[in-house]
Amino acid sequence: MQAKSVKYRLGKSYGFQLLTYLLAFAIVVPLLAILFYIVRAGITRINWHFLVNIPKPVGESGGGIANAILGSIIIIAVASIIAIPIGIMAGIYLSENGKSRLAYWVRLSTDILQGVPSIVIGIIAYFWLVKPLRGFSALSGSVALAIMMLPIIVRSTEETLKLLPDTLKEAALALGMPFHRVIFKVIVPVGFSGILSGIMLSIARITGETAPLLFTAFGNPYLSVNIAKPMQSLPLLIFNYATSPYTDWLNLAWGASLILLFWVLFLNILTKLLTRKWKVQL
Amino acid sequence: MATRSDIPLRVIHSSPEAILKAKKRVRLSFRQIRTENIFNKTLLIMGLVMIVLVLGILITLIVQSLPSIKALGLKYLWGRTWNPVEDVYGAWPFLLGTLLTSFLALIISVPFSIAVAVFLGEYHVNGWIPNFLKNAVELIAAVPSVIYGFWGLAVLVPMVRTLEGHLGVSPLGVGIFSSSLILAIMIIPYAASLGRSMITLVPSHLKEAAYGLGATRWEVIRSVILPYTKSGLFAGILLSLGRALGETMAVTMVIGNSSAIPKSIFAPGNTMASVIANEFTEADKPVYLSALIELGLVLFLVTVVINMIGKRVIDRFTND
Amino acid sequence: MLNIKYSLFTGAFLALFSAGLVSCGGGGSTSGSDSTASANSDDNTLIGAGSSFDNPLFSKQFSEYNKANGLKVNYQSVGSGAGIAQLTAKTVDFGASDAPMNGKQDSAVSGPVVHIPITAGAVAIAYNLPDVKDTLQFTPAVLADIFLGKITKWNDPKIAAVNKGVKLPATGIVVAHRSDGSGTTNIFTTYLAKVSEDWNKTVGKGSSINWPVGLGGKGSEGVGGLVKQTPGAVGYIELAYAVQNNMPYARIQNKAGNYISPSIPAVSAAANIQIPADTKVSLTNTDAADGYPISGFSWVLLYKEQKYGDRSADRAAKLVKLISWMIHDGQQYSSALTYAPLSAAAVSAGDAVLKTVTYDGKPILQ
Repeated sequence: MQAKSVKYRLGKSYGFQLLTYLLAFAIVVPLLAILFYIVRAGITRINWHFLVNIPKPVGESGGGIANAILGSIIIIAVASIIAIPIGIMAGIYLSENGKSRLAYWVRLSTDILQGVPSIVIGIIAYFWLVKPLRGFSALSGSVALAIMMLPIIVRSTEETLKLLPDTLKEAALALGMPFHRVIFKVIVPVGFSGILSGIMLSIARITGETAPLLFTAFGNPYLSVNIAKPMQSLPLLIFNYATSPYTDWLNLAWGASLILLFWVLFLNILTKLLTRKWKVQL
Repeated sequence: MATRSDIPLRVIHSSPEAILKAKKRVRLSFRQIRTENIFNKTLLIMGLVMIVLVLGILITLIVQSLPSIKALGLKYLWGRTWNPVEDVYGAWPFLLGTLLTSFLALIISVPFSIAVAVFLGEYHVNGWIPNFLKNAVELIAAVPSVIYGFWGLAVLVPMVRTLEGHLGVSPLGVGIFSSSLILAIMIIPYAASLGRSMITLVPSHLKEAAYGLGATRWEVIRSVILPYTKSGLFAGILLSLGRALGETMAVTMVIGNSSAIPKSIFAPGNTMASVIANEFTEADKPVYLSALIELGLVLFLVTVVINMIGKRVIDRFTND
Repeated sequence: MLNIKYSLFTGAFLALFSAGLVSCGGGGSTSGSDSTASANSDDNTLIGAGSSFDNPLFSKQFSEYNKANGLKVNYQSVGSGAGIAQLTAKTVDFGASDAPMNGKQDSAVSGPVVHIPITAGAVAIAYNLPDVKDTLQFTPAVLADIFLGKITKWNDPKIAAVNKGVKLPATGIVVAHRSDGSGTTNIFTTYLAKVSEDWNKTVGKGSSINWPVGLGGKGSEGVGGLVKQTPGAVGYIELAYAVQNNMPYARIQNKAGNYISPSIPAVSAAANIQIPADTKVSLTNTDAADGYPISGFSWVLLYKEQKYGDRSADRAAKLVKLISWMIHDGQQYSSALTYAPLSAAAVSAGDAVLKTVTYDGKPILQ
């Protein structure tokens, strides 16, 4: 077998390198295209009027997306209130009892939950909350979103706490502190930024979710703070308006998309600043 | 030596005040133990919540699918016609649509994902260029799906329409091809980031040995890194696939929403997720609703299995 | 500490608990009874869902009613099929549908549901041909062939034959139809089934049919969006959507042989017929010489007996008052949005039906 010349092999190597560079940076193209397009289409729509008014009747121009912004904030806030305590405690449980049989199943369930498609979670929330309570509500939407937040919070809490040195916990225990004090006053504060970044990542994840809200929060043309009733949210509004023929609605949808995008990017950047300290694999 | 059974502590002074103080300390520590118990039990319950949730989801899906399973049997899964008005239900158009869009998206995105993984894992591991690329990849994953769908409708669909015009195919714009393109963009980050972490795990002595023998960069990648990380990359691809299967919003906006079996990749179609999103609120018959839930059950099982296999492969890989 | 017995016990307990959680939730669906706190508690908002056909009109009417009265109405345009389904599930106060409930849907509800005609409108055939300045016209046969997929190009001789003198492009025809259960589809397909034996045999009529060709859009909004954005597209949408979005729509040849453009007088001519007591009547393929052949009523649906769940008398009264306003004063907003105001006969039929709506057996309207 004749050995191939060094030049040929080197050429192939550089060729492959070039190909890799090209393909890798090619992915930036659609990303930039999307970002620029949304900024350009949306930036002209956003003004004070847009932010504080509710949509006008069909076919009339003007109007804004205040109900969607407020609705999104409320739904996400309620979802966080539900998911954060449960998620952190479950994460603490896993980091403390890492090796037990039960912990194995808990971890497995968390992994399974993370992979469940969001539309299935919407179905579940419909049967658990909308049907029995005989009505669509922001609460059912929040519960669906909370279910989606849980795996991320549990995972990040567990990973953060696992990174802490055992000596910290042992020292506190040796001083006679009761265990729950050790957790709340020593471990969690030290791991706080890691846990917080997990929370923010989960919020960033659910901010843009539409499918779970389709048959739970239902939508509402008015400003509302009643979580037992239907509520509008930014992704729902974008979905409904984007597929319509009305130019006014399309404009509202572009503005809403820009706001949603900024919100999500902002949360992600915050998370990045926090995880820099932890290098946690989320 | 204390002989009374309710004072387990050794009492140093046996004066009445001292005994009272000792009893108080004991009661306090009992209370502490109780608080500790409650705390530990609470942690346990919170952990159990995860298991209850998953079991609950599974049971709800099964229970709600039962009417359709009983009425239609397994034939439902390869039935070719979906006509709720006539009570004819067949899931094959949606299974086909899901498979087509997901696998097409995978085929399109995998070269890019692997390229990113190799670039970040091997060529430039540190520095500002890889940071930029890493952030770009994470940004792609962060953009909400409904925004992908909206952008797809506004920008990608007209482009595909022009392409279809050139190809002589009916210029619909929306369809399986467009939704595969959008999906491909959306799932790049999953295989890319997993692949990257797998590639960085390759022990350097293996690579150094190859270089020492005179291998070029490409040969090291091809003969050392890729075989070593084969299963890890495969797991990353599985993760991307799992994500593609369950994606709803972007697909629903761009796929054309037709319940007929797509005749080509430029035809409109439907995936399991998009038909549930479209028809759930109007399913007025128990069997209709139940047929949709059964689709949800299939979706759930398939994505769970794929994710589990992926995670299993990663675990085995990182523990070897 | 976790031995086999303990883990088995935990597992069984978890399974039972999850099943309990799930069945508590699922039980509400099968039983018609009403469990815990219903979301229909009293406050100043009524919830409705259904027809996208009515959405432009409702949106204006509810906005005006809110200004006059303070009552808020949250109406979601999810399609007639979804409106009926949600009314059946009792998650909304009222539904709206352009297709009256059929036998199967009637048997699925827990009590009688009354239909009140709320407006009459036209199903316009909108198309997207930017280079064609004249209004196109279709005969029933040509229309059926387009939607059957038998005519695939705009410059097909069959289309040219009924559009003499119009320069038709060679663009391919892209059919747009509804992907959701739609009363508008019901009106359109009922018409096609009446005028085309071919259509009747191959496709039939209904709110949700097996379309031979075309793209699906959700709601008239979705179909309108598809037609507006796709050159060469043709779709059926409520007239208001075509007008509000400056989309051209076709003239259709009616039974008398005249090519009629959808408009308020044309719809009113078609709606000028005898209304039966239950108000379920189709206006398609009208005999009227200047009537638009693809017209239809749209109905508001509510339960005849309003005391269900924990609905209060107050809430029921607000609902009935709202609907009564809609068929009387609310009609003033129809013309501006190209809906035909209800004829006197339709209004009195609707009034008669409203008087039969009761709360706890007592009629609400005196």
